[in-house]
Amino acid sequence: MNSNSAPLVHLDNIEKSYRTGKVSVRALEEVSLRVNPGEFITIVGPSGSGKSTLMNILGCLDVPSAGTYRLEGTDVGKLSRNELAKIRNRKIGFVFQNFNLLPYATAFENCEVPLIFAGLRKEERKNRIDRYLGRVGLAARAEHRPTELSGGEMQRVAIARALVNEPSLILADEPTGNLDSASGRGIMELFRELNAEGTTVMMITHDEHIAAHSPRLVRIADGRVDGDTA
Amino acid sequence: MTFFRLILRELASQKMRLALTTGAVAWGTIAITLLLAFGEGLERQMIRGTRGLGENIVIMGGGQTGRAHAGLPSGRRIALSMDDMHLLRAAFPEITSITAEYNTWGATVGYNGRDHSAPLSGTTPEFGAMRNHIPAAGGRFINALDEEQKRRVAFVGDKIAGEVFGEQDPVGQMITINGTPFTVIGVMQKKQQNNMYMGPDNNKLTIPASTFQAMFGPRYVRRIIYQMTDGLTSEDLEPRVLAFFATRFRYHPEDDRALWFWDVAENERTTRMVFLGVNGFMFFIGAMTLLISGVGIANIMYVAVRERTREIGTKMALGGERRHIIWQFLCEAMAIALSGGLLGMLLSAALIKAAGYLPPEKFSDLFGQPEITWFWTLLTVAILSLVGFFAGYFPARKAASVNPVEALRYE
Repeated sequence: MNSNSAPLVHLDNIEKSYRTGKVSVRALEEVSLRVNPGEFITIVGPSGSGKSTLMNILGCLDVPSAGTYRLEGTDVGKLSRNELAKIRNRKIGFVFQNFNLLPYATAFENCEVPLIFAGLRKEERKNRIDRYLGRVGLAARAEHRPTELSGGEMQRVAIARALVNEPSLILADEPTGNLDSASGRGIMELFRELNAEGTTVMMITHDEHIAAHSPRLVRIADGRVDGDTA
Repeated sequence: MTFFRLILRELASQKMRLALTTGAVAWGTIAITLLLAFGEGLERQMIRGTRGLGENIVIMGGGQTGRAHAGLPSGRRIALSMDDMHLLRAAFPEITSITAEYNTWGATVGYNGRDHSAPLSGTTPEFGAMRNHIPAAGGRFINALDEEQKRRVAFVGDKIAGEVFGEQDPVGQMITINGTPFTVIGVMQKKQQNNMYMGPDNNKLTIPASTFQAMFGPRYVRRIIYQMTDGLTSEDLEPRVLAFFATRFRYHPEDDRALWFWDVAENERTTRMVFLGVNGFMFFIGAMTLLISGVGIANIMYVAVRERTREIGTKMALGGERRHIIWQFLCEAMAIALSGGLLGMLLSAALIKAAGYLPPEKFSDLFGQPEITWFWTLLTVAILSLVGFFAGYFPARKAASVNPVEALRYE
């Protein structure tokens, strides 16, 4: 890995505070982080440590209160709601703990949603979905609805959905949290393969066991970076 | 389109609510469609009634002068004769057909030893077509030969024919009019008539003007009736006709009381105006009903936005912009409004079709045949679209403004 190349993610002194009533709660303090393209990085911390807040900021779902976040050189703190939506659509692929698939839509259609948002034509959408549903090993399940799939399969659909727009970064929030250990291992294996193929993966977990296998581990505690194996 | 397919499936996933709101819209649409269809039917019935007297005809006659002129006092009676009718025809190429009518109230009609009383007209053959005296099958109206030879032939109204002849076919029968024998040559076809003079036409007897002249010897006709070329209105011709007779009868050319004019087409225009008002009012009531059903749609859309907060959050995370989220809820509301509207229109059409099977004397003679017109249908669709739009827009705007972080956390 070339550590001299421009960072994909560059967090510089990020701060995030929420106001609840009159009290201001500081969720993140002085968080700085650089992630290079092609890395596999795991952010680990107990619940309440601020890792979810960090995830939201990294995913452009939220903007920092102070500090700058550059994603591929773009300062996302200055973008409008719609511009942030475009960034999420094109550059970030989300994988959630509870999959967040549309219950009334098939695996194919679930994967189609971000492609529709991106404005791709029908044939191109079909090409992409076929490619990535195939990549996660679910080509045969394209016409199945979430209720007809196992947990592991649902998460694979979600991963395919995260991949279809060919994003710069996959953000996975406790991706194995709702899975049995065998399915969880399969999902982790898939992430490692995708990373080996060049995809940058950032994973958030509170599970030390999963974190232990990660090439790079960032610990978060009390809203601060408490250790980085890089 | 995947987008619309997904919307349909989202809608299908909440069948009960969908059924209730679609039903409400359908109900509103039935209200508006039926009100307007009945209004339209009634209007046509009334227009047909107006036309019973004759289409696009002007009826005129002599009045009393309204001002002194050329040494003659005001209040002088003006009376028109058959000659005046011929003069008018010769002077105005714009007049396409013209007729005049003698009248007497209460002629005595005798048949089979029984006497009946009916108004009697003496007129020319043109009268038949102009005044809608259409003969029923097997009969005819007065013709030029009748007029020329002063034949003693009579055309009778259908009501008086029924009273005199009962079930018998009147055509060819001999009757007496004031003691003089006449042959019945035709019976008037049943017609709707709302405007009339000397009673409805179905109760009158009509004989040739020349025959009437020979029997009763009147000097003046009661009225002259004329029809103009298309595109001309009575207002165009009235002042000129008035001026035309001014020298002949020596009244002031602008003395509008010297002659009277009855523009029958004006009745039709008035009826149309009245019904435009009535239909407009009915449309307003129907539109209000639809508006209320729109509140129902908005209500379930708000519920849908709340229930699907997490889904909205997911879509935002996947890159859904404001317009994508708004469009989705807007389309759902429009789909409910328009499908409800379509259902309502189909049900209304079925009801109207069913009404057509009722016996005419119980229904269509009274209300006319209700009819769904394009004009009101398009207006209803426009209202439905508007209702759907507003019922969807505000909930959609709310959906698009949720915070994605909180939406994703929403349980």
